[in-house]
Amino acid sequence: MNTVGERRWVNAVFGLLAWLVGLVFFFPVLWMVLNSFKGEQDANTSPKLFFHPTMDRYRDVTKTTRGLLSFREAFANSAFVVIVSTVIVLVLAIPAAYALAIRPIPKWRDVLFFFISTKFLPVVASILPLWILAKDLHLLNTRTVLVILYTGMNLPLAVWMLRSFFQEIPHELIEAAEIDGAGLRGQLTSIILPMAAPGIAATALLCVIFAWNEFFFAVQLNPAKGSTVPIWVTTNISTRGNFLAKLSAASVLASLPVVLAGWIAQKRMIRGLAMGAIK
Amino acid sequence: MSTDNPTIVGHKVNASWRQRWPLLPALLFTIALTQVPFAMSIWYSLTNWKIIPPTPRKLVGLSNYSTLAGDRFFREAAWTSIEMTVVAVLGSLLLGTLFALLLDRKFLGQGVVRTLLITPFLMMPVVAGLVWKNQMFHGLYGVLNWVLEHLGGKSVEFVSRYPTWAIVATLIWQWTPFMMLIILAGLQSQPADVLEAAKVDGATPLAMFRQLTLSHLRPYMELGVLLGTIYLIQVFDHVAVMTGGGPGSTNVPYFVFERSIGGGWVFGQASAYSIVVVIASIVIATIALRVLSGLLKGEEIA
Repeated sequence: MNTVGERRWVNAVFGLLAWLVGLVFFFPVLWMVLNSFKGEQDANTSPKLFFHPTMDRYRDVTKTTRGLLSFREAFANSAFVVIVSTVIVLVLAIPAAYALAIRPIPKWRDVLFFFISTKFLPVVASILPLWILAKDLHLLNTRTVLVILYTGMNLPLAVWMLRSFFQEIPHELIEAAEIDGAGLRGQLTSIILPMAAPGIAATALLCVIFAWNEFFFAVQLNPAKGSTVPIWVTTNISTRGNFLAKLSAASVLASLPVVLAGWIAQKRMIRGLAMGAIK
Repeated sequence: MSTDNPTIVGHKVNASWRQRWPLLPALLFTIALTQVPFAMSIWYSLTNWKIIPPTPRKLVGLSNYSTLAGDRFFREAAWTSIEMTVVAVLGSLLLGTLFALLLDRKFLGQGVVRTLLITPFLMMPVVAGLVWKNQMFHGLYGVLNWVLEHLGGKSVEFVSRYPTWAIVATLIWQWTPFMMLIILAGLQSQPADVLEAAKVDGATPLAMFRQLTLSHLRPYMELGVLLGTIYLIQVFDHVAVMTGGGPGSTNVPYFVFERSIGGGWVFGQASAYSIVVVIASIVIATIALRVLSGLLKGEEIA
């Protein structure tokens, strides 16, 4: 079979090309990881692949200095803000998605469009009023203000994704539960939550990623000591002396949680993002 | 309504409220967080409010808007924003489509390559910006300059010579995986029997790609462009950490920030800018939502 042999050969070439492209694209990340194990002198010279690996930069960046945002605080703050905001998002978005997908209210499409359209509003247009409100309510430099804003930031996306996941639940199951006298809570706990669990997990993960990586609100409203990981990363840049190895170590620590989570859940996320809109 | 039996009307109202209340908390929260600041911005934009020097706040009508029309810096920022968004969206869509086509066939280590390729999208934007600036683009120790020199070229201070394009390159690096994932989902939902039939009919691979695959991918590409535009038009982090708005790389988000709480403190004027940005975004959104609504209609037919 000539064609089969030919196809195999073509596939091998394309496979090789894919590997090449993948490695080139991954290179900046790999280089960052390598740099994080270098001394500053090895990092700040013409690129070298062989060096004496050291953990010293990790020790440097995790050291606590009085009066500066430390690694430990930044991680604790980020974890708090991300977890609390994601939980609130789910608590608000699950009933909303129910009202849009399972027992659709009249004009559900308009409501869905309203949620999505708020994502088109540039954040920058609301930052000044938000800053003034936060200042007047004594919320500047608190974790609370970030929890509120990250909830608002992720809510439309969560409603959007959950609606499409809820739509895949067979209607007969919900009708059967209704006949058995289950209200909203009963239907949620007995059918919807268990059946849509993978979708809910994908949604929550996306919210976590966006909140963990958020920098704009954090730097505007909470740039001080009580702030989050992205702010902490930028404190590792110095205007004097070399800092690339140190910055790389901080970057690795900051990116690791989300990169690992994304690697584990990549297939789910593809579905959540793409099928959510088209299916 | 008036012709209806009152008891039935009452029952209907109850039923529809029972249907609606699960939606209310999310809806009210979103309205409070997006519409209230917007209304405040409109109000500020009609005043001469500034902090330095402290000026008594009074209504000035539309004068902030007329100043804006003649502001060269705002026009430059608007142009930078358009340039950045269009090139980054189309660049990442093109690369993402090519990568998706590469990944859509079986080869050894397919999963590993996909994992490598999606990683840039998972990186924190601040980290991506800093990493590209300090280790890839750096004039002395940057990897790109090392490659350039070995190819016989001269090293380039990428970030200071081409600030906008350095940012765009970083954005494309981060958003290509996103486009790739969406296109990949499209490729994998393509019915195999149609392709087989075309092949039996003797269609060349190129003709099959142009006539079948591309038309099947269109809604996925549209979705990618839509979502990509929403996020990329708002880029702030990369500008802040890579150039700080340096020569020519100030886009609209960074510009408005600079004029308000980023040191300008001209709250009245900055609010007028942001209102204009909102109006421009609504125009873009209307076009984009039309695309989306086409997608949702398709869903009802299916």
